[in-house]
Amino acid sequence: MKWIQISKADNFPLREGRCVTIGGDDVAVFNLGDRFLAVDNACPHRGGPLCDGIVSGETVICPLHNYKISLETGAVLKPEMPVRVITYPTRVENGVLMIAVPVEKEMVA
Amino acid sequence: MEQLVVVGNGMAGVACVEQILKYSPDLDITVYGDETHVNYNRIMLSSVLAGEKNADEITLNGIEWYQENNINLRLGVRIVDIDMKKRLVTGDDGSQAEFDKLLLATGSAAFIPRIEGVDKSGVFTFRNLDDTRALIERAGPGVRAVVIGGGLLGLEAARGLQVRGADVTVIHLLDSLMNVQLDPSGGQYLKTKIEQLGVRVLTNKSTKALLGNGHVEGVRFEDGETIDADLVVVAAGIRPNVELGRKAGVAVNRGIVVNDHLETSDPRVFAVGECVEHNGQVYGLVAPLLDQGKVLAATLTGNKGPVFTGWTPAAKLKIMGVEVFSAGEVREQPGVEVVRYEDPAMGVYKKLLVKDFRLTGCILVGDAADSHRYMEWLRAGTNLEVRRRSLLFPEPIEDKGFDVAELPDSEIICGCMGVSKGAIITAIHTKELNTLSQLKNATRASTGCGSCTEMCQRLLKAVAKDFEEDKKKLLCGCVPFSQENLREIVQSQKLKSVQEILDIYGNGVGCEICKPALSYMVDVVWCGDHQEDRSARFINDRVHANIQRDGTFSVVPRMRGGVTTPAQLRKIADVAEKYSVKMVKVTGSQRIDLLGIKKSDLPKVWADLGMPSGQAYTKGVRMVKTCVGTEFCRFGVQDSTTTGIELERRLENLFTPHKVKMGVVGCPRNCAEATVKDIGLVGQDGSWQVVVGGAAGKSVRKADLLITVETSEEALEAAQLFFQYYRENANYLERTYDFCERFGIEKIRKETVYAKKEERKALLSRLQKSKTLSKDAWLERDEPVHPTQFVQIQPMEALV
Repeated sequence: MKWIQISKADNFPLREGRCVTIGGDDVAVFNLGDRFLAVDNACPHRGGPLCDGIVSGETVICPLHNYKISLETGAVLKPEMPVRVITYPTRVENGVLMIAVPVEKEMVA
Repeated sequence: MEQLVVVGNGMAGVACVEQILKYSPDLDITVYGDETHVNYNRIMLSSVLAGEKNADEITLNGIEWYQENNINLRLGVRIVDIDMKKRLVTGDDGSQAEFDKLLLATGSAAFIPRIEGVDKSGVFTFRNLDDTRALIERAGPGVRAVVIGGGLLGLEAARGLQVRGADVTVIHLLDSLMNVQLDPSGGQYLKTKIEQLGVRVLTNKSTKALLGNGHVEGVRFEDGETIDADLVVVAAGIRPNVELGRKAGVAVNRGIVVNDHLETSDPRVFAVGECVEHNGQVYGLVAPLLDQGKVLAATLTGNKGPVFTGWTPAAKLKIMGVEVFSAGEVREQPGVEVVRYEDPAMGVYKKLLVKDFRLTGCILVGDAADSHRYMEWLRAGTNLEVRRRSLLFPEPIEDKGFDVAELPDSEIICGCMGVSKGAIITAIHTKELNTLSQLKNATRASTGCGSCTEMCQRLLKAVAKDFEEDKKKLLCGCVPFSQENLREIVQSQKLKSVQEILDIYGNGVGCEICKPALSYMVDVVWCGDHQEDRSARFINDRVHANIQRDGTFSVVPRMRGGVTTPAQLRKIADVAEKYSVKMVKVTGSQRIDLLGIKKSDLPKVWADLGMPSGQAYTKGVRMVKTCVGTEFCRFGVQDSTTTGIELERRLENLFTPHKVKMGVVGCPRNCAEATVKDIGLVGQDGSWQVVVGGAAGKSVRKADLLITVETSEEALEAAQLFFQYYRENANYLERTYDFCERFGIEKIRKETVYAKKEERKALLSRLQKSKTLSKDAWLERDEPVHPTQFVQIQPMEALV
């Protein structure tokens, strides 16, 4: 795992998502007020951009067909699907959002 | 013609007038009411306080009813004097009216005990709509509310305040709540249940003083203890308003004394309702008062005959979800046998009082399902000798608490409105009723206290051909209220943001269903003067474009009336090439759609187009489709393009419960299909037909005619009236065609184009306010609401 500086935390408005491109992959980052959560920006159903979904607590609703995804675990909650969206650890340091990406990803980049 | 003056516009007085009208009397009727509202259902005030109903919903007789029946209505005037010699009443505004017959229906007033400081601000009573509104204004989360009086009224006030989020304490002078209707054990069961619901109850507490400097800040008791309070409700009982009886010189005791015909000691003066004393008894519940009204109507119209013989006192209610029933004489007396059932864990308490094998009184707390059986025993004086060992249990065979089939047709089901079982069954058959709301409309049964709702449901189920449950249309699980309810809450609680509503009335979280609906609601209630929260909006409304299946967006510029220019078309063509638009599509709405645009390109695309947003992505004003009209068409009889463009100008950039598509056509050939649009203007020779509620989607519906007018300006105004009315009254995601079906075009006409001038003006001015605060969403290209609104964020450091 490697922590990468992404952007000023202010660039992520409260309860909204933003798409960040990290090493060629799109990651959806959400500001939940007390913390940030990051998942792959593609709904397992039809690839909808999760960053554009409405946030409902710790979940996001895909804007295309209303699939409900847990931002904590990446699980598809409604309708249930036996797949998960990849999640990424986040932290804020000196007002800057950091995301941890797996090392393989570093290699690719 | 004889003059009848009715003093009092409450339930009893007006119900009596309703009965009087049934005799088509030769009377000129004037009704005085000291409140400024039309006649409403006072029993429902607690529901208004609790936010379950809004003030309009509890109206019993609207202003039209008075007009239709030629009743002179004087609201906001209190009669202060009666001159029996001159037969003259005088109002507090100095106005006077002569009478031949005088009907006193003055009701009762809150009894205010002599407590020091009771005149401080922040101290309320709970008797009328103004009291209720004042309480709604003050009550809210965290407010410390103290209710003095643990009777019926006090507990209802407590419930409403608690639902509003207040921290409520009920103070009761005696050791047992509702001591008039319950015995100490029953009161204790009720107290336990209410405390479980989070309301503090202090019994055996005598209030000595209300503390605070000008505004109430606390309560001090006789025992020296004090508690803090931000507001106090005094509900220590009611007293009949008898002052005018005294002024009229008639016999007055505790109430205005009447005989079995509801006559007072003066043949010219009659009295009805809570102000009346009959056989030493004053009644405060609605059913006997309506019975009085029927008797008095006969007496007063020269059909003297029916008599009022008094009622067995009975009350069935639900206090904070706890069923309570009390009937007959509930005090234990010598010679009276007591049968008791208690289940403390379930909170159920039942007590029957029996004398000589006949039921004389009954108390039920926590489960009042059997109340009808006991009421029937009480009323009929049934001999219970054979059942003496199983009084509290149903008959061994099949008797499931109570069977509607057992009741005689003459049995009154709705005591408030006096509707019998037979009348309900006849109505269900002849009017083909299938739902409770239809039954309510047709018979008025279950529109009073609502305690017979269950019975009416059972009758419907048993008799109706296609019984249907009324759907409770809650917005969603996050905020479990109906949308009507929420609009009222948003307004009364002055909530301006989605998150506030969710925090106070919901789960604090919200979802994809309620967030956009609440976003619309705060916008329309505050005419655009709300706190916009883009996180509560669907993505289309965050970036003002329509998301496509691949995550790109479509862009539809506004082309008013479907009219464009070569210059615009050139620009559109340039943009399409510059941004490699995947498809250029002419839509069914006479617009041009550019598909496959990246979110980050949206601001640049809009700037290059230099045209306003066509709102093709949102629940808002989509477009006005037009035909060419008189300008070119040889059949045209109205200028449809100019009128259509003007209509679009007046309404564009506004949001609506669901999309609004419009059409304006210059002749009845209807080339732009105005009759299947949400709003359509159909040109005729010398006039316009304004039609609403059309559809040509999943279902096809021909629009209803709203009105026919002569000028284009009048047609535009009618369209605007309907538009704003729909905005304010429809549920979110309810298209005009569903809305028109639900409301009915007659009601819509009555409240828009045929409404009183001031109401029409008010609708238009709210529309204007919204319009003034609205703007072309695409201007956010220059002033984004957030720096990253359209931006794909790039990491500060690259992966190495």
